Amino acid sequence: MPPLSAAPALALHDVSKRYGRRWALARLTYALPAGRSLLLTGHNGSGKTTLLRLLATALNPTAGRVEVLGRDAVVERDAVRRDVALLSHASFLYEDLTAHQNLTVLARLLGLPSPADAASAELSRVGLDRRSDSPVRSFSAGMRKRLAIARLLLKAPSIALLDEPFGELDPAGIRDMEAIIAELKASGVTVILATHLIEQGLTLCEERLHLQEGRAVAA
Amino acid sequence: MGKFIKWGLPALALVVLAAGWWLGLVWAPPDREMGDVQRIMYVHVPLQWVAMVAMAINFVVAISYLMKASWKLDAAAEASAEIGLVLGTAGMITGAIWGRPTWGVYWSWDPRLTSQAIMLVTYTGYLVLRRFVEDPEKRATWSSVVAIIGAINLPIVWFSVRWWRSLHQVQSTPKTVDPEMTLALRVSAFGMLFLTIWFLVQRYRQALAERQAEVALPDALPSDLAAAGGANSSRVA
Amino acid sequence: MSTSRPRPIGLLTATLALLRKDLLIEWRTRARLNAIIFFALATLLMFSFALGPDTKLLEKNAGGYFWLAILFASVLALGESFRVESENACMDGIRLAPADARAIFLSKALGNTLLLTALGVLLVPVMVALYGVRIVTSVVDLGLILLLGSLALSAPGTVYAAISSNARARDVLLPLLLFPLVIPALLSAAKATTLVLQGDPMRQFDSWAGLLGGFNLIYWGVGFLLFPRIIED
Repeated sequence: MPPLSAAPALALHDVSKRYGRRWALARLTYALPAGRSLLLTGHNGSGKTTLLRLLATALNPTAGRVEVLGRDAVVERDAVRRDVALLSHASFLYEDLTAHQNLTVLARLLGLPSPADAASAELSRVGLDRRSDSPVRSFSAGMRKRLAIARLLLKAPSIALLDEPFGELDPAGIRDMEAIIAELKASGVTVILATHLIEQGLTLCEERLHLQEGRAVAA
Repeated sequence: MGKFIKWGLPALALVVLAAGWWLGLVWAPPDREMGDVQRIMYVHVPLQWVAMVAMAINFVVAISYLMKASWKLDAAAEASAEIGLVLGTAGMITGAIWGRPTWGVYWSWDPRLTSQAIMLVTYTGYLVLRRFVEDPEKRATWSSVVAIIGAINLPIVWFSVRWWRSLHQVQSTPKTVDPEMTLALRVSAFGMLFLTIWFLVQRYRQALAERQAEVALPDALPSDLAAAGGANSSRVA
Repeated sequence: MSTSRPRPIGLLTATLALLRKDLLIEWRTRARLNAIIFFALATLLMFSFALGPDTKLLEKNAGGYFWLAILFASVLALGESFRVESENACMDGIRLAPADARAIFLSKALGNTLLLTALGVLLVPVMVALYGVRIVTSVVDLGLILLLGSLALSAPGTVYAAISSNARARDVLLPLLLFPLVIPALLSAAKATTLVLQGDPMRQFDSWAGLLGGFNLIYWGVGFLLFPRIIED
């Protein structure tokens, strides 16, 4: 567990987010107790992705305050960024670099002592070690998903934000992903999971937040 | 105040401008060398001055926006850039009309003309950028950055062009000006300034209304949010 | 989990890590790099066709054509370098790593400077052959102006490429914003290059190099300060 056990893992105070003319989140207030994991459900366009991107500090809220492990996501942005990692629809992968190079770049930015070794270790953890020197351009959607989760694991976050982690995976891939998420939880990582596979989600998460048109409603 | 801006200000502007132009076109003596052609000065010079005023407002407002975001500042930036561009273009055209009989050419690559041409291109780019970015917050921030960089560039352009052209004779307006001319020019300039202020206020209100419509469309807005009314404005007031 | 968390890296380390990544991508996509080089060569060639076979005119204006070719190539190179970042939202990936936004500015601007300088080195012999010029004063002066000019195009170019890569009509927007801005840089670089190629009896080179230096100081400073606002807001 992270040392800040008194603070909730995340807290939303009256958070709204507007994209141009559309409200993606409207006055959302919620707190996730430390040590619990959260399942986000809702239809497409209900605001799940926006909420995850706000928690990842990829976006700033239009109004309201987002706190992650007791820190304000706007004011202490860099500190929050070190604690969270986002698995997003966009893979954050450079198409022209190999799987190994992609992870090495991140390892260097994270200041890991031996970036190349750290990258290799994560690649074998997700079962991509045989393709480590192939460019991402040649990867299938499922392989990209595996590499993207390797990127997340490399960061060793306190909070893992997973946006549709099961999408584009075959049944074996889904089982592997479930195992990885369970492993993350066992090592004390708070998992925030947005998925359409509610069954899988409910077995992995203790809490649930259902969003509808950017607002929290009873599921 | 609202009534004054709506009716008083344009009336005042037109009266002062008419007086200034009457002084310039009828009362003031013709120029000793250029004759009546020089009278375009009472239109051209005020236009150039107020264009500079509008651009200066744009620069200050852009810096202020980056320090404290607000839709009012963004609206003021849009208004001042647009009006500055229109006035600057009009100033340049009247300058070219004046230049032809005086220097024999519409255009010369002297530092002032060149810098102004570059200024007009810069602010055209600025306004194009504003049209091409849909997200209102991003548009406001990015255009502020572009406005600041573009404004910083203008003195550098002026300086470098002056250097570049240093071997050529720099053409400029004659310095022998009668006191009658000075008075006519001043009155015209104030008239133009009042007119510009009125333009700016009108365009600013329009731009602010556009911004507010953009950020708070009722059909996209959950009802309780509309009732609170303020949730959309706490970060960008 | 948080026991052996590595310390955050500094601005310089982050810049070098990102620059290394950009150069690696350039190397792995050499075909794209080659295309930009050939584009610049073709531009040099097109000037001679546009002017007809008047060798005197070509020789006189060689410095200007040389810098125009580099400017056009720089628009393509800058656009490409930000297209790579937007492909899978990679820019978000490095922002959230987290990497200092100023390090992103420095790495992109330095990477582009390196590319343009290398391009210039390749273009010089072609210009000498095609336009019939020769280096009158010194190669060192030419190298200096090439470096200063590339720096001067890269800093504002990086800022504007970051903006236009996220806007509609990005291919039109970048040159529209960038061209008026780099006129002083283009002017002084072209003038100084002409002095190198045609002799400099009045010792004007230093003042043009100084102007370029000042331009660089201003725009590297402004870019360093303002770039974070562009990608973080």
